[in-house]
Amino acid sequence: MTTQTGKSFFKRPEKNYVHPYFGGLVLGIVLFLAFFLTGNGLGSSGATSRLDAALVDAISPVHVDNNPYLLKMAGGDKNPLDDWIVPVFFGALLGGFASGFFNGRLKFMTTKGPNISDRTRWLMAFLGGVIFLYGARMARGCTSGQALSGGATLSAGSWVIMFAIFGGAYGVAYFVRKFWN
Amino acid sequence: MNFPLPSLVAVSAANPWTYVLFAAIGFAFGYTLEMSGFGDSRKLAAQFYFTELTVLKVMFTAITVAMVLLFGAVGLGLLDFSQVWVNPTYLASGIVGGLIMGVGFIVGGFCPTTSLASASTGKIDGMLFMLGGFVGAFLFGETEKYFDGWYTNAGYFGRVTLDQVFGIHVGAVVVIVILMALFMFWGGEQLERIFGKKDLSREPKLRVAGAVALFAAAVTVLALGSPSLEEKYNKVKFTRTETIEQVNADPIVNTITYSADEMLANRLVFITPAEAFKAKYNQSMNPVYLDVRPEADYNLYHIEDAVNVPLEHLAEVIPVLLTEPPANTVFILMSNDETAAVKAWKVLVGSSVQNVYVLEGGVNNWIAFFGAEDKALQPRPNAGDDQLGYLFPAALGSRYESCSPNPIEYEKLEFEARIKLQLKRDKSGGGCG
Repeated sequence: MTTQTGKSFFKRPEKNYVHPYFGGLVLGIVLFLAFFLTGNGLGSSGATSRLDAALVDAISPVHVDNNPYLLKMAGGDKNPLDDWIVPVFFGALLGGFASGFFNGRLKFMTTKGPNISDRTRWLMAFLGGVIFLYGARMARGCTSGQALSGGATLSAGSWVIMFAIFGGAYGVAYFVRKFWN
Repeated sequence: MNFPLPSLVAVSAANPWTYVLFAAIGFAFGYTLEMSGFGDSRKLAAQFYFTELTVLKVMFTAITVAMVLLFGAVGLGLLDFSQVWVNPTYLASGIVGGLIMGVGFIVGGFCPTTSLASASTGKIDGMLFMLGGFVGAFLFGETEKYFDGWYTNAGYFGRVTLDQVFGIHVGAVVVIVILMALFMFWGGEQLERIFGKKDLSREPKLRVAGAVALFAAAVTVLALGSPSLEEKYNKVKFTRTETIEQVNADPIVNTITYSADEMLANRLVFITPAEAFKAKYNQSMNPVYLDVRPEADYNLYHIEDAVNVPLEHLAEVIPVLLTEPPANTVFILMSNDETAAVKAWKVLVGSSVQNVYVLEGGVNNWIAFFGAEDKALQPRPNAGDDQLGYLFPAALGSRYESCSPNPIEYEKLEFEARIKLQLKRDKSGGGCG
């Protein structure tokens, strides 16, 4: 079902994705183990803003001191990267790469709907990233930190956020249908 | 052994191997997302056109499996739920942020973690989403100051879970969530059949067995129940060090572990009025004075800055106390004498609130210590246990002189410090935010 535009590195045979329920089962066990061992769930968007904060702190520490949001992460002698979510972020990058490697899915390509150009898709992906992370920081967590982790711990706010995410996406889906169908 | 492991509740540079463990968790996370197909934006976007509901299936299977295991472990007493990070509820910023995320999801075709799985396997759109993400998070940091008050306060409810919202047992919520998820899986498959032209007869039969197993596990969680307040109270342990001076050698330091009842019996949680007063001027701690007396007594006389939470309403504020951000927060409980405050102490300790102390002798002892010279306050000889031992000319609240002793006049106060800060973790460091 995937149309390939590039050649797989290492010439490994491309395998099928696992069944969604099986993927969910494994992910659920990973999430449980994270909570059980460390008390924290899974996440990634927090690492994005921490990496941003580290960058700002390196370029202009004065700017950090004038920004209450950055101050919480990088003020004074605080190291914004000294947080559990940062190793999780880099671990996830590596894990995605490993799965791509073992399943023959490492290749430069663009995943997009059939009726748009690569350039349009790239622009939309970039814009989507800007919008998503802006919302994720506002909601204090993304699909992983809120919907998945907060959902499993039955946090009331996380369930509200989860429905808001689906609501926002379904609400706009019709208007951007030509990008995907 | 107690879970979560105390050494792992936060990473720190002092324990480099904690980084390794979190990286391993992240590795498993990224691996699972990629193998489920989340590196491909089409699979994610298809969710919103009902052609392929992989997102819903993976996400809700993961949530339900993790939830059943988590509350099962809590029910068996293996896991201390109060040490598990539960995202605090901020309704306003959560709803607006969630809607914005939804727009980003369908426009960009990824969510943050799936973009990692995508970018790391060479997908250019995944890389650009990631890059956009850095810009979006940066823009949020730059613009947050324009709506800081709304962001931090609007619809804030603290650490609150669905069972508390609906006032039912957590096991019942687990069962309801699983029934809802199974219904959504069934509905999702019907949608895939209609919109995605999918042949459901080729789906593995095993998934029905999985659904039955999940439901059975949920019923087990309901049957297990969760540990009562008393059971949790009995499990709480405190450590204190005792230093024995030696004549010609280094002092011996003994570490002693006490149960909660032993802490009370040895009066290690009772702090003198002097220590309670001085805590306000101690840079290393952030005292919160909780007055658990009835409102009428509180109105007659209370210590400056004390918050009135009558004993019968104490349970309602626990979610907020558990999310009180700074780790150096010290809760100082007081009643007229000690009876109600000790009851409150047991409830808070059983609920795993950290750093809770009781004002020794209560408000009566405070008045005896700081207000002995106040002629307006006359002792009331026939006061019973935990009743106000003074007569007040008027309900002046905290406007009596002794409610806020002069810090210069009382600069030098002798007391044996009983407060030992237990810096378990800074709760604001948890979660995604």
